[in-house]
Amino acid sequence: MSDAAIVLVVLALGTYAMKAAGPLVLGSRPLPTRLQSLVDLLPAALLASLALVSTVGEGRALVADARLVGLVVAGVALWKRAPFVVVIVAASAGTAVARLL
Amino acid sequence: MNGIPSPMHSVRAMAELDDREVRRGLRRKAASITAAVAPFGVVFGAAAADASLSLVEAIGFSVFVFGGSSQFAAVEVLGDGGGVAAAALAGLLLNVRSLAFGVIMAPALVGAIWKRAALSQLMIDEATAVGTEPTDLAHRRYGYLAGGLGVFAVWNITTIIGFVVASEADDLITDLGLDVAGPAAFLALLWPRLAQAQQLVTAVVGGAIAVALVPLAPAGVPILASMFGVLAIRFVPRSSPEDTIGAVHGE
Repeated sequence: MSDAAIVLVVLALGTYAMKAAGPLVLGSRPLPTRLQSLVDLLPAALLASLALVSTVGEGRALVADARLVGLVVAGVALWKRAPFVVVIVAASAGTAVARLL
Repeated sequence: MNGIPSPMHSVRAMAELDDREVRRGLRRKAASITAAVAPFGVVFGAAAADASLSLVEAIGFSVFVFGGSSQFAAVEVLGDGGGVAAAALAGLLLNVRSLAFGVIMAPALVGAIWKRAALSQLMIDEATAVGTEPTDLAHRRYGYLAGGLGVFAVWNITTIIGFVVASEADDLITDLGLDVAGPAAFLALLWPRLAQAQQLVTAVVGGAIAVALVPLAPAGVPILASMFGVLAIRFVPRSSPEDTIGAVHGE
């Protein structure tokens, strides 16, 4: 099995367990407060680190290249409340133009 | 509904009309949310091709994992050479929130165990967002199904489109700057959360931890370590318990 296939199986099973815990096991019993706040906040930490590391990370080096220009453009587009497609297209265009310069 | 007394049959007729009206509204909301997912699916398909997954594996992620940001995270970490454990763990951490969605939706998802088991696979942000809009349970279930099934169909089709387009055009990805589509998509998913102080602090601290660790730790570890950003909220005043639903609705 390829690495991707192993990740696929583990992630699919684990994700399904968390999706189905409510309807199959827990019912509507509220989660413990601590777990609830963790659940609320974890995505913020991970999404931020994914956005940044996949922009400035190059193996073990930190680089500021054309991708950073694209990410800043994405930020500006989001701030201007642009829809998702516009954000992606604008960011890509920003990176492409920065590469030409 | 508004307390005006009226003959029984017209009350029922009104209720039926109301029911159809509510369902139409839910379908409309589901359709607009589904349309919004399409470009993200294309970006995921392209990222999967970029990380040298096969088409079958890419579709496997979209069918069996079926959780946008987590699929993306896993593929991104794999592509960076982060290894199997880090990739799976990053994806799982992003899906911990489906625990909370499940608890919110559980009262509306009743029935035989196999039905509840099948319905659970649709437990994603979009299904929960449409499903928590109405107040009565039948409409909640309807909204959840409309959102979940709509996104499931579009997500899988667009995954294939993105994969095929990206594997046809190798140099095009860097020429067109499409390698920034992934990071931009993560930022777009994060954006609605940043309006809340606790979320903002978590994101900033989590992001800082990850960037600081890039030169020091193997690929994948910085992403996982960012979860300690959550600890920073000890220094921020508490906000309301409605946060989860607010985050689901992207407000």
